[in-house]
Amino acid sequence: MTINLEIPKKFEQLVDQAHAAAAEFFRPNSRKYDQAEHTYPKELDMLAALLDGLSASGGGAGAGGVRRDGKKDEKPGNRNGSNMQLLLGTMEMCWGDVGLLLSMPRQGLGNAAIASVANDEQLERYKGKWAAMAITEPDTGSDSGAIRATAVKDGDYYVLNGEKIFVTSGERADCVVVWATLDRSLGKAAIKSFVVDRGTPGFELVRLEHKLGIRASDTAHFRLENVRVHKDNLLGSPEVNTEQGFAGVMQTFDNTRPLVAAMAIGVARASLEETRRILEDSGVVIDYDRPAQVQSAAAATFLQLEADYEAAYLLAMEAAWMADNRQPNSLQASMAKAKAGRSGSDITLRCVELTGSLGYSENSLLEKWARDSKILDIFEGTQQIQQLIVARRLLGKSSAELK
Amino acid sequence: MATKERAGTGQPRRDAMGTVLAALNKLAGAEVLDRFGLRKPVEKGLYETTRAGFVAAGAASRTFASATKQSKPERLPAAPQRGQFDITPDEEQGMIRETVVEFAAEQIRPIAADADAKCEAPQGLLSQIQELGVTLVGVPEQLGGLGTERSAVTNVLVAEALAHGDMGLAVACLAPSAVSNALVLWGDETQQSTYLPAFVGENVPAAALAVQEPTPLFDPFSLKAKAYRTAGGFVLEGVKSLVPRANQAELFVVAADLDGRGPALFIVESATPGVSVESEPAMGLRAAGMGRLRLDKVKLPATALLGGGKADAYAEAIRLSRIGWCALAVGTGQAVLDYVIPYVNERHAFGEPISNRQSVAFMVANIGIELEGMRLLTYKAAARAEQNKTFARETALARRLCAEKGMQIGNDGVQLLGGHGFVKEHPVERWYRDLRAIGLTEGIVLV
Repeated sequence: MTINLEIPKKFEQLVDQAHAAAAEFFRPNSRKYDQAEHTYPKELDMLAALLDGLSASGGGAGAGGVRRDGKKDEKPGNRNGSNMQLLLGTMEMCWGDVGLLLSMPRQGLGNAAIASVANDEQLERYKGKWAAMAITEPDTGSDSGAIRATAVKDGDYYVLNGEKIFVTSGERADCVVVWATLDRSLGKAAIKSFVVDRGTPGFELVRLEHKLGIRASDTAHFRLENVRVHKDNLLGSPEVNTEQGFAGVMQTFDNTRPLVAAMAIGVARASLEETRRILEDSGVVIDYDRPAQVQSAAAATFLQLEADYEAAYLLAMEAAWMADNRQPNSLQASMAKAKAGRSGSDITLRCVELTGSLGYSENSLLEKWARDSKILDIFEGTQQIQQLIVARRLLGKSSAELK
Repeated sequence: MATKERAGTGQPRRDAMGTVLAALNKLAGAEVLDRFGLRKPVEKGLYETTRAGFVAAGAASRTFASATKQSKPERLPAAPQRGQFDITPDEEQGMIRETVVEFAAEQIRPIAADADAKCEAPQGLLSQIQELGVTLVGVPEQLGGLGTERSAVTNVLVAEALAHGDMGLAVACLAPSAVSNALVLWGDETQQSTYLPAFVGENVPAAALAVQEPTPLFDPFSLKAKAYRTAGGFVLEGVKSLVPRANQAELFVVAADLDGRGPALFIVESATPGVSVESEPAMGLRAAGMGRLRLDKVKLPATALLGGGKADAYAEAIRLSRIGWCALAVGTGQAVLDYVIPYVNERHAFGEPISNRQSVAFMVANIGIELEGMRLLTYKAAARAEQNKTFARETALARRLCAEKGMQIGNDGVQLLGGHGFVKEHPVERWYRDLRAIGLTEGIVLV
């Protein structure tokens, strides 16, 4: 129990391994799959096989999930555990390429949901499967409590209807975790998640999106027309519990938000490192001791960007550390996501400005990172949603009071 | 013309109307004061500024003399290397912090407005803080202190807790320990045995680490104050700015450029001929009794040079001082957050609490987000420093963030209270003034 904010000794090797994977597998393929949008990055199959052996994989959006039940026999005292490990791995991999990390087989957000809320039978059944997540609809983004996709019980089956967009790796995955409501009149508590296998009749891929960034990662649009899924494919309890309901579903986000922060932090660090190299090559001196005001404007800007980076990094570490120590971290998770999301965009964009046409042209990856980073301030809760969560917590307000 | 369009260049040309107005002001000024009954308040204001001000020789100092001979300097060993990530203070730190938090709430906050107005920290408070042993934790046990290892983190927690009470008073309380910490870190056996006993005694001397100079774009690595080697020691020449408790300080540690080769630290007793002080009340930090320190051909013995004049010792001093300022920013930033939350929840407009509005609520959220980042960066820098790891980078980043976001928090704190934030009924205007110091101050405190 002593204050220390360095990477734990026991994770140093993991960070090195993840960094090597990012440098050897991701970076050399970065530009290729940015240009060849919708082409499956086949190099990832080999890497995924390799990483399945290591627990150090990073994981698209927390594929390991976080199960907070169980283990009660833990030793008291400070813990550095799986949340921090996953966070550190994700940062390193996204230093390599965030789009490719999001495309890692069997590392989808759906895997995180399964790992977090599935029962033992479901866990076993979906072991080794690649699961995507389908929440967003054409008319429903941040307000995920307002989704319209329906699930109607029919014997041992549920019949799903609706439209889902922004499904990461939706075409490549083996199955998709689809959010649908059992009864819209019962509000958020009636929203349940169902695992839908890709070949199920009526589950139709409408198109793949063309995007600003993370183009290596496919984003699918699905239509569900009378899709029949077995009742055993419902994750969690089938009961509509108006007391607790939605909170359980949303809890997944407390665990995945720091990981999206980690993605932004990884991209930001890539930009800062490359920008520093370019600036120093052209004679700019960045001095940590002399006041920023007496240094060049470029150096002063760089210091400011690096300070924002460091704050985002430590906020994410704090959120993961709290999760490892079984402390409620919803506030810190959203703080980390808010700071990392906005800093990620700001840092990568200003790095392009600092490096001029060198950074703006496709000869460097700086322009790509500046496009990739934008989504990280949007998905898994936009900047504005994070601010709402932080504000409600700090001010002690309900979502009815602070809308 | 292009030159006329640049902001802040030259005087605007005075046209006929302007000339008339200027003359009118001169002639009628006195009448205006009388007609509106303003004469008395204005005179009273002038009187009070003068009384609070001072120009004097350096305070009479006690006789600092080496009582017991030390064979070698005593240093605190680096804190042990830690293998785990942890943000929890250890048990002892937790207790110290709790004590100081309570002290700040009960003894500091209630008198802060008054001390700010008087430009002075009350003697009673300064004695109480000595009794708490704030200085002692940084001095090794062998020299009569309580320290067993480097404790930059403990010092940060103390500074943060004090600044939650009031930043100006925190600076007044911490100023002597900047000097004692410097003596522990870089003093030789003679310097330690001469000066440190006073800092672990009953009557801790007012003392100040004087680095700042009254110059724009001040860079502590490029000083205007000069020191020259002479046959008997050194001669010091220069002006130091924002020196805390300047008129009481018995001992200064002064930064000056040595023989044109770079900055170094010198021990200067206040009674040395050529030392004079004058008041320099500022926008904020007023309770710290800031003054200018003039050094007019001050002759110092050869033993006055601290840390052998080594560049790395000086750089370390600057960094440790900046970490101290970061801790102060975190404490005051937290004070702002803790104050605005109940205010925006209780203040009603348009039929509901103003905190029900996103523009208000998001401002509070951002204070919380940036403040936590400031705190974590500060802790990281301090933890690295005390484990004897490099900490230049972490210090620079903490300082950059605390300067920018700390000021933003001060600014937003006033904004959230609106007009009420602008008046002295609420402390947010003082925090606004104090937080402006972060990012420009050098020296003064040291963890």
